[in-house]
Amino acid sequence: MTLAKRIIPCLDVDQGRVVKGVRFVDIRDAGDPVEVAKIYDVQGADELVFLDITASHEDRATMVHVVEQVASQVFIPLTVGGGIREVADIRRMLNAGADKVAINTAAVANPEFVRQAAQRFGSQCIVVAVDAKRVSAPGEPPRWEIFTHGGRRATGLDVIEWVRRMADYGAGEILLTSMDRDGTQDGYDVALLRAVSAAVPVPVIASGGVGTLEHLAAGILDGHADAVLAASIFHFGTYSVGEAKRYLAQRGIDVRLAEATP
Amino acid sequence: MKKIVVLSYGLGNVRSVGNALRAIGAHVEVSHAEHSIMQADGLIIPGVGAFPHGMANLVESGLVDVIRKYIAFGRPVLGICLGMQLLFDKGTEFVPTDGLGLITGSVDIIPVSTEVGRLPHIAWSTICQTEQGRQKMFAGLTDSEMRFYFVHSYAAMGVKPDNISATVTYLGNTIVAAVQSCNVWGTQFHPEKSGPSGLHFLRNFVNNC
Repeated sequence: MTLAKRIIPCLDVDQGRVVKGVRFVDIRDAGDPVEVAKIYDVQGADELVFLDITASHEDRATMVHVVEQVASQVFIPLTVGGGIREVADIRRMLNAGADKVAINTAAVANPEFVRQAAQRFGSQCIVVAVDAKRVSAPGEPPRWEIFTHGGRRATGLDVIEWVRRMADYGAGEILLTSMDRDGTQDGYDVALLRAVSAAVPVPVIASGGVGTLEHLAAGILDGHADAVLAASIFHFGTYSVGEAKRYLAQRGIDVRLAEATP
Repeated sequence: MKKIVVLSYGLGNVRSVGNALRAIGAHVEVSHAEHSIMQADGLIIPGVGAFPHGMANLVESGLVDVIRKYIAFGRPVLGICLGMQLLFDKGTEFVPTDGLGLITGSVDIIPVSTEVGRLPHIAWSTICQTEQGRQKMFAGLTDSEMRFYFVHSYAAMGVKPDNISATVTYLGNTIVAAVQSCNVWGTQFHPEKSGPSGLHFLRNFVNNC
């Protein structure tokens, strides 16, 4: 039997509120992380990712409260990213009920942090998030570089070398976002996905660019991703998680189908 | 209302396990105090982390004898993930370490060649129950509901068939997914993170307490 592929809705949270317009008709408060999480849970989401985009450090305590609230009512794995900079941040999130943390900028600033985190808490809860941008010219063999600060700051790090190093340091999963595709709805950067999947022995989560259900299938079948993450297509109600799963099942992909998935 | 103690020993997602138990109407106490444990209708040993660290914490906090005593009184225990792994004779993660020795077996890395597959095994996987599993642990769950959330790189090996309640297949390896030895239950998967199926399983445990 093949391994079931995971469908992961991603929510941006600012000062305790879901932002980037979740548009469900059957929800009273689309800004309430608990309400949104419950809907995705009922739809059959396999996991949820919360990205804390709160700018100020002081407001970060709000995120802990959000995680506590969601974890007390939704019983699927929760990953929290954004502002995870030290061991104390990880402990706080795990104690609040998160199952994993996603580390991005802090890993670039201090790669040893990933090693420390994995040794302390176990690889299974350390996700390294990577923002990759294609830097090769058209016609050249493809090459991608790690960017930080929302794709504005180049690091000079080669993506393939970087993910190998992160897996070696103990990252349990790689959350791979294509900066070229993020927000475009043009589909995942399949070549990037395939290159990273081949480079590391840990699961790879595809992110950035999903506009159709076919894109999800391509990420798995052509990009060899172990999980697919998407935001807009689920938030805007274009497709439900249940519809996405039924589509993937028709394409011969093993997914967890809930009994009465809406 | 059944009182379930979730063992706190410095490792593991005690809050998530507690949340799930509260959701099914159990009275939950997170504790490592002997008097509290001895009065519980059921004891859950959660755990996320490495085998030697988990065992060292149990030994240092004097909980090994408390767990043995609790089980000797015929009380029900459920070990989850690392909590299940600690029930076995030994583990080989990082350094060979003795476990609680309550169920025969050793906890070793899943033999997966990196060319064909990845570790950790992180997935909602369909488990295959044995006749023993069907009787109590998974009673009332349909075949399509037998999917649970796994996240682990090590698994119990050399377990007696009599003790196996369910297995899961991962890249050609048949892995122990659930075990039972009299009043001691264990799951490699995380019922507290397995949605409605997980809550159903926990309800079966609590009803058995």
